[in-house]
Amino acid sequence: MNENSVPRRESEPPQQRRAEMRVRPTGPIVPSANVSGHALMCVIAIMSFLACLTLGGVSMVRATAQSWQSQISREITIQIKPDDNLDMEKALADAQDLALTFSGTTGGKIIDRAATARLLEPWLGEGLDLDELPVPRLVVITIDENNPPDFAAMRAALTEIIPQAFLDDHRTWVDRLVAMANTTAMIGSGVLALVFSAMVLTVVFATRGALSGNRHIVEVLHFVGAEAGFVASEFQKHFLRISLKGAGAGGLLAALSFAAASFWQSQTLATPETDQATALFGRFAIGYTGYLGIFAIIIVIALLTTLTARLTVMRTIYEIDLIRSDPGRTDTYQS
Amino acid sequence: MECAAPYARTIASRVSKVVKRDWAVPLIHFENVGLRYGMGPEILRDLTFDIPRRSFQFLTGPSGAGKTTLLRLLFLSLQPTRGLIRMFDRNISSIPRDEFPMLRRRVGIVFQDFRLLDHLTTYENVALPLRVRGKEEASYRADVLELLKWVGLGERINVLPPVLSGGEKQRAAIARALIDRPEILLADEPTGNVDPPMARRLLNLFLELNRLGTAVVIATHDLSLMDQVEARRMILSQGRLDIYE
Repeated sequence: MNENSVPRRESEPPQQRRAEMRVRPTGPIVPSANVSGHALMCVIAIMSFLACLTLGGVSMVRATAQSWQSQISREITIQIKPDDNLDMEKALADAQDLALTFSGTTGGKIIDRAATARLLEPWLGEGLDLDELPVPRLVVITIDENNPPDFAAMRAALTEIIPQAFLDDHRTWVDRLVAMANTTAMIGSGVLALVFSAMVLTVVFATRGALSGNRHIVEVLHFVGAEAGFVASEFQKHFLRISLKGAGAGGLLAALSFAAASFWQSQTLATPETDQATALFGRFAIGYTGYLGIFAIIIVIALLTTLTARLTVMRTIYEIDLIRSDPGRTDTYQS
Repeated sequence: MECAAPYARTIASRVSKVVKRDWAVPLIHFENVGLRYGMGPEILRDLTFDIPRRSFQFLTGPSGAGKTTLLRLLFLSLQPTRGLIRMFDRNISSIPRDEFPMLRRRVGIVFQDFRLLDHLTTYENVALPLRVRGKEEASYRADVLELLKWVGLGERINVLPPVLSGGEKQRAAIARALIDRPEILLADEPTGNVDPPMARRLLNLFLELNRLGTAVVIATHDLSLMDQVEARRMILSQGRLDIYE
């Protein structure tokens, strides 16, 4: 019956004629590699890379804004204007001592003459003699952010003993920075939401596109008596592998990018380029929470792809059954 | 044809189970069945017939008469617009969706276009119905190899369908339909792609299967094929069915 059978030589014993055919290891029901599968893997890798970068970027911006806000709100400044009847050095020491008597203060530092001159250097140049100009002097008091002192009482006490003193609690700056930080975080969250939405839609439609090329497999499995759950699980396994590879590659690349940027920043501390980058973007380190976020994105993408594959297969089977129950829906019947 | 004894024994073991069933009840019963696509004319009209157990019949008629549509009804891939169909003594209109896979497992079908999966070897394609039933490969490997030898594909087990000839594909599709020992085999133009000697060999294969207890329905318009066997003929013409016993 075999079309390819070769005429047998009678003298040759059958067992020596041909070795027993060996069955190759059973392959997966859903083909492991095809063009649409590779394209889907690339799409998933790109989208997970972008989502991870956005997540890391937003968390960096948020951390930087919080750091600015925290640094400024940790300090208050006492400014003392010079006056002919005022012993400036004594007034500075008195102001510091008075401030430190209030609970909620943690330390104080008088900005000495040299430091004050350095502060004014960009505007007044080098070699400034402070005695020649009525330059105010500063006392910086550090405070406990969580338990700040009573600023009104401190202000009143200071004005009482040193009328030339002015307490700046940085509220204006802090309020502006809080508003800016909140705005930045909101914009970042908005971008993150958009990127995530784009990622979800792209992954869902790319998965459905890749599955449409496998519809004939769903049909054959259905017609040889496979239950819907079995068919769905075969495709789920296949698409879980694809999505884990793609999302893993994208997430790993994003994590490596952050690690490389952080390493570069740590290796080039105190250089103009790094200072500029740090001032603009803050530290590139995303911390363990950032890496956990990247891992979470990989898992979310894998689950999303798997779920989409399952729902699409179930819907395909449902459509096949729908054609069965309503023949008018089919336009490909043969008579 | 190679020796069919081992496979015949396994078939026979199933047949013995069939014998215990009620032979008076046909495998499939159609009563006043009609089918139309959408709002179009009726493709099939008032079909009333039985497919008895262990029977052998040809389903024939001119092109466009509705042979494939009738096979699809028999295979549960279409539901009639009207009338009653009973399969395995159950009214199919009252069977829940999730029970259809179990019924389909009792029916073997050979599609006109084979519907082999190109990324699976001949062996894997034939083993597919057993695999989807969750069976371990070790439990069916010998059966599949035996059946492949029986249909003359013993040397082509690791070949992918695109490399197979039309006749080989046809036999692989037949083997896939038979592997789980169905109670009825439906074949749509099984000799449409092969030369007359191969058609004769395939017919012998179906006859042997029928002798082992499986009911066979062959849809064909090949008169010379039908002339080779004294068998029941179901002739579809203009949507109506005439049966010649």
